[in-house]
Amino acid sequence: MKLLDAVRLALYQLRVQKLKSFFTLLGVMIGVMFLIAVVSIVEGMGRYVEEDFASRLIGANSFTVRRFDNVMGGGPRGADARAAQRRPPLRMSDIEAVRAALPPTMPSTITSETFKYATAPGARPKQLQTVAADANYFAIKKYLVEKGRAFTEQEVRAGSPVLVIGTEVAEHFFPGLNPEGRQLRVAGIPFTVIGVVEKQGSVFGFSLDRLAIAPYTSPMQRIIRPQKDFGSLVVQAADQAAIAEGMELARGALRGIRGLRASEPDNFGLVTQDAAFGFIKQLKGRLVLFGTALPAISLVVGAMVIMNIMLVAVAERTREIGVRKALGARRQDIMAQFLVESATLSTIGAAIGIGLGIGIAELIAAFSPLPAAVAPWSIAAAIVTGAGVGIAAGLYPASRASQLDPIAALRSE
Amino acid sequence: MSTGLEEVPLSATGERRAVTADAGRAPGADWIIVTRALARAYDMGGEIVRALRGVDLGIRRNEYVAIMGPSGSGKSTLMNLIGCLDTPSAGEYWLNGTLVSAMSEDELARVRNKEIGFVFQTFNLLPRASALQNVELPLVYAGVPADARRRRAAAALERVQLGERMHHRPNELSGGQRQRVAIARALVNEPSILLADEPTGNLDSATSEEIMRVFEELAQHGQTVVMVTHEPDIAAHARRVVVLRDGVIASDETQAQFMKRVGLEVA
Repeated sequence: MKLLDAVRLALYQLRVQKLKSFFTLLGVMIGVMFLIAVVSIVEGMGRYVEEDFASRLIGANSFTVRRFDNVMGGGPRGADARAAQRRPPLRMSDIEAVRAALPPTMPSTITSETFKYATAPGARPKQLQTVAADANYFAIKKYLVEKGRAFTEQEVRAGSPVLVIGTEVAEHFFPGLNPEGRQLRVAGIPFTVIGVVEKQGSVFGFSLDRLAIAPYTSPMQRIIRPQKDFGSLVVQAADQAAIAEGMELARGALRGIRGLRASEPDNFGLVTQDAAFGFIKQLKGRLVLFGTALPAISLVVGAMVIMNIMLVAVAERTREIGVRKALGARRQDIMAQFLVESATLSTIGAAIGIGLGIGIAELIAAFSPLPAAVAPWSIAAAIVTGAGVGIAAGLYPASRASQLDPIAALRSE
Repeated sequence: MSTGLEEVPLSATGERRAVTADAGRAPGADWIIVTRALARAYDMGGEIVRALRGVDLGIRRNEYVAIMGPSGSGKSTLMNLIGCLDTPSAGEYWLNGTLVSAMSEDELARVRNKEIGFVFQTFNLLPRASALQNVELPLVYAGVPADARRRRAAAALERVQLGERMHHRPNELSGGQRQRVAIARALVNEPSILLADEPTGNLDSATSEEIMRVFEELAQHGQTVVMVTHEPDIAAHARRVVVLRDGVIASDETQAQFMKRVGLEVA
């Protein structure tokens, strides 16, 4: 019996028993609905994180020269870890060599970061994200100073102990006051606040407003890096092509000044946004995995429901199966008929579930802070899952039907 | 009752004996059904029940045969074997020159589709399909494409005078009309034999006569008809009556001989 005939027959059965068919596909429908909704939300979150988070931390059009490779996530293991430990730290000579090699279109800023406690009279100590940087740090990182100002080239040359703080720092130490001109002690050393960076917000609970930025020539550098090396050099480039070009220039300069032979690998890190993206993709992957576990369970239940109802259908239609066999249906014809029926039911359930899932995702996106982006792959996966569940669930009942003895079947009912 | 009781030549007893004794050899093209020592036994939880104990039956092309017998005589078993719904425990069954008694499930299904046209006592139509769709069913399993199917099914329905009711559902048809749809379905694939199991069992006497007239017409046009029944009145419509008892053939008579023996009046 040809496939088209079987599908038509299946649709006819569905039309003829609308209510029973609806209950049969309910499980698959709900499973797929939640699957689509969850995946949409996770995809949305992932996209948000990619676009906001990673850009903030590294910056879309920049690359970073560092001692080690990984910004976040897992580090190198085993032999690679030991090799990495032997890498020389980033020194001023390295930085100057790279800067000399880069064109003026690629400005760069020295940055060193850590977390340190700060104190001010009348407030509890608070842990801040302390940064020792260059004058063009603010431009490269796109940090707008809303109150006061950033420090200037002269202040960097002079090594002035000035500080630009984040909004959370200002609110904590100087609530309701203008922080300009006030003093803040970082690791016991006094700094004068000259400006406040505009609010950045937080991502995944990590606040970006706890910044305390000082010139790298000020005492801040020693606080962050007592060994007199530097954390990183962040280089700004116009686009992806420029990044690639800039990275090669930096690589050449560093290998040169460190005297690396051609056979030796880089003993420094050149990091782009991609690394962070990689970590985020991994994170997203894990979220999708966990997020789809529950809908998957629902689908298993849906499959059980289909199998049970198909078994009942086979029992109710025993005589019909006997007649079909008497008229020449082979085992595979009967098998195909019932498999196609359960697969068609299940696929229709999945299709309805997709529609509902998209609806739920849109609702959630509209009425809550969570973003939702329907991923096309999830729709295709849901359809395939729907058909697959129907076939798997229908295998046993279809097999039972196909093996009925026609004589006994004709006698039943 | 039909006329011309002696007109249609029956395969003579001697010829039948000869063909059923010739074990292992394929019978000639003229013999549609040949069974040799056909037997069927069932294992009913330890106890062996011999439903058929060795039946030698020869039926030629274009014969109109009734198989009669009380319940327990083995006539249903013989019918299932002839209809290729079952395989024998022993003996040979040659259908249209092919030994079907040793065939597999799938092969038997093919044979049922092409060679046998079933007509059941309870009609056994698909209730939610139209008459046309019901008649198309054997063609679906024969792999015939949709437009050819529709044409042939419509033609079969015309043959039984139901051309006007093609698109009606069974529940919109009378009992006699339903059985005619079933007959059309049985004929649509041009089978070797029309195998009817108590075809008038669910019909009143007037409709029964109507249906028996249909079978008579088909037999006159060359169709081989095998009718299984327990009613002598119905059996008497056939040209030849084979009576089973206790799993063996008790008698094999012409229509006239049978009617005289059971005391039925010749029209």
